Amino acid sequence: MPANRPIDLSSRAVEGGFANPVFDAQAVFAAVLQAISRPGTVADCGSRAAPPAPLSPAQGAILLALADAETGLFVEAADAALEAWLGFQTGARLTEAAGAEIAVAGRFDRSALGRFPLGTLAYPDRSATLIVEVPSFNAGPPLRLSGPGVRGSAEIRPAGLGEGFVAARRANRALAPCGLDLLLTCGSRVLALPRSTLVEEA
Amino acid sequence: MTSTTAYNFAYLDEQTKRMIRRAILKAVAIPGYQVPFASREMPMPYGWGTGGVQVTAAIIGPDDVLKVIDQGSDDTTNAVSIRAFFARVANVAVTTKTGEATIVQTRHRIPEAPLSEGQTMVYQVPIPEPLRFLEPRETETRIMHALEEYGLMHVKLYEDIAQHGHIATTYAYPVKVEGRYVMDPSPIPKFDNPKMDDSPALQLFGAGREQRIYAIPPYTSVESLDFEDHPFAVQRFSQPCGLCGATGVYLDEIVTDDRGGRLHACSDTDYCEERRAAGHFGADGAPVPAEARP
Repeated sequence: MPANRPIDLSSRAVEGGFANPVFDAQAVFAAVLQAISRPGTVADCGSRAAPPAPLSPAQGAILLALADAETGLFVEAADAALEAWLGFQTGARLTEAAGAEIAVAGRFDRSALGRFPLGTLAYPDRSATLIVEVPSFNAGPPLRLSGPGVRGSAEIRPAGLGEGFVAARRANRALAPCGLDLLLTCGSRVLALPRSTLVEEA
Repeated sequence: MTSTTAYNFAYLDEQTKRMIRRAILKAVAIPGYQVPFASREMPMPYGWGTGGVQVTAAIIGPDDVLKVIDQGSDDTTNAVSIRAFFARVANVAVTTKTGEATIVQTRHRIPEAPLSEGQTMVYQVPIPEPLRFLEPRETETRIMHALEEYGLMHVKLYEDIAQHGHIATTYAYPVKVEGRYVMDPSPIPKFDNPKMDDSPALQLFGAGREQRIYAIPPYTSVESLDFEDHPFAVQRFSQPCGLCGATGVYLDEIVTDDRGGRLHACSDTDYCEERRAAGHFGADGAPVPAEARP
């Protein structure tokens, strides 16, 4: 996406942001922190953001809370209206997948490991956080989680992850300490699967 | 500071909070790895907890209840001033009771009372790099972490044994997190190291001058480095707390006069006060009268 395209400030771009930026950002961050420090826990971002398609309310809220002009942002299938909204609301410009710190994608599969930054052994934090919307958190096949943040093991049932999700997670975990961190969103809710979480078919 | 309206909530500007929040999320995703962050000037000198203060400022919300301890005490300068700082710039509730706090910012202790799932520990860290005194070059220590090359640390502990007959490190005792990163637990006494392992609370570490943030998620393995024939052991005290009679807690030695008088008392003042309020007392303490108890 050309970086020098003028931002279209239609009325859509200025609507749907945080009503109270300081406290909304803190609440959304607290939800994401809760989710990522306790994988398998579903946290609610509330109805704080109304982003244009294809972002869901949780995805919009997370980008508003975490992205700014310093953040490489990638959104799959983003159009000019979304770019304008993100530009107005966060100051962030969209970037290539290979330069993304935060990326919104349709699914997490093995190809994601080739598209987004994975970090390096010296700087494993220089890796993308991938945000993927799923249709449901409790209608999919059961997955068993273990690892840091999980007491013993936990079970989740997100739907719509697609074939090869567990294999892609295994490949991602083999890159440790590098790898992608995954936030699954469903409407206004978020569930995190950081790279450290082991995901198996239950 | 007479007015808080001139400051953003929790002092830091929103851009800084976002930067710190992104670093915290990466730190949690890579337990024990030190994430670089653009530490800001704070209205207190480096060495007074600027890293912990920035982490607390980035996570705290209006509904949080903050407790701040300095070497276990709620009443010393560092603890009192940081607590007052957040009460003023974030208008949050503050407490000295461990059980009531949602965030506990600490300098060099972990409370005696067990932590719970809703709580977050924020540690103030002076030197986050556990290998720094063995290898001064950041470029080298970064490679050592990348390659999981921690032999030097074991040599250091072995030299302790060769010289003193035991591992003489008593605080900032190095730990290994989730079997991967060797991490400085901050200068807590090694007595507190076992409390980090499999803790239900989220543990965040901020080093302001050194510009690093790292984390231990809840229920994460934290292992103190040792040898099979020299297993890790915590300090033991020969006597109970002089004020509340507690055993199995970390004690401070307090000089009471100029004739060699000594009092050994709980370093965790809140724990000690709660025990005394419940009617316990030690050899040097008088029982709290029943009518004075809460």
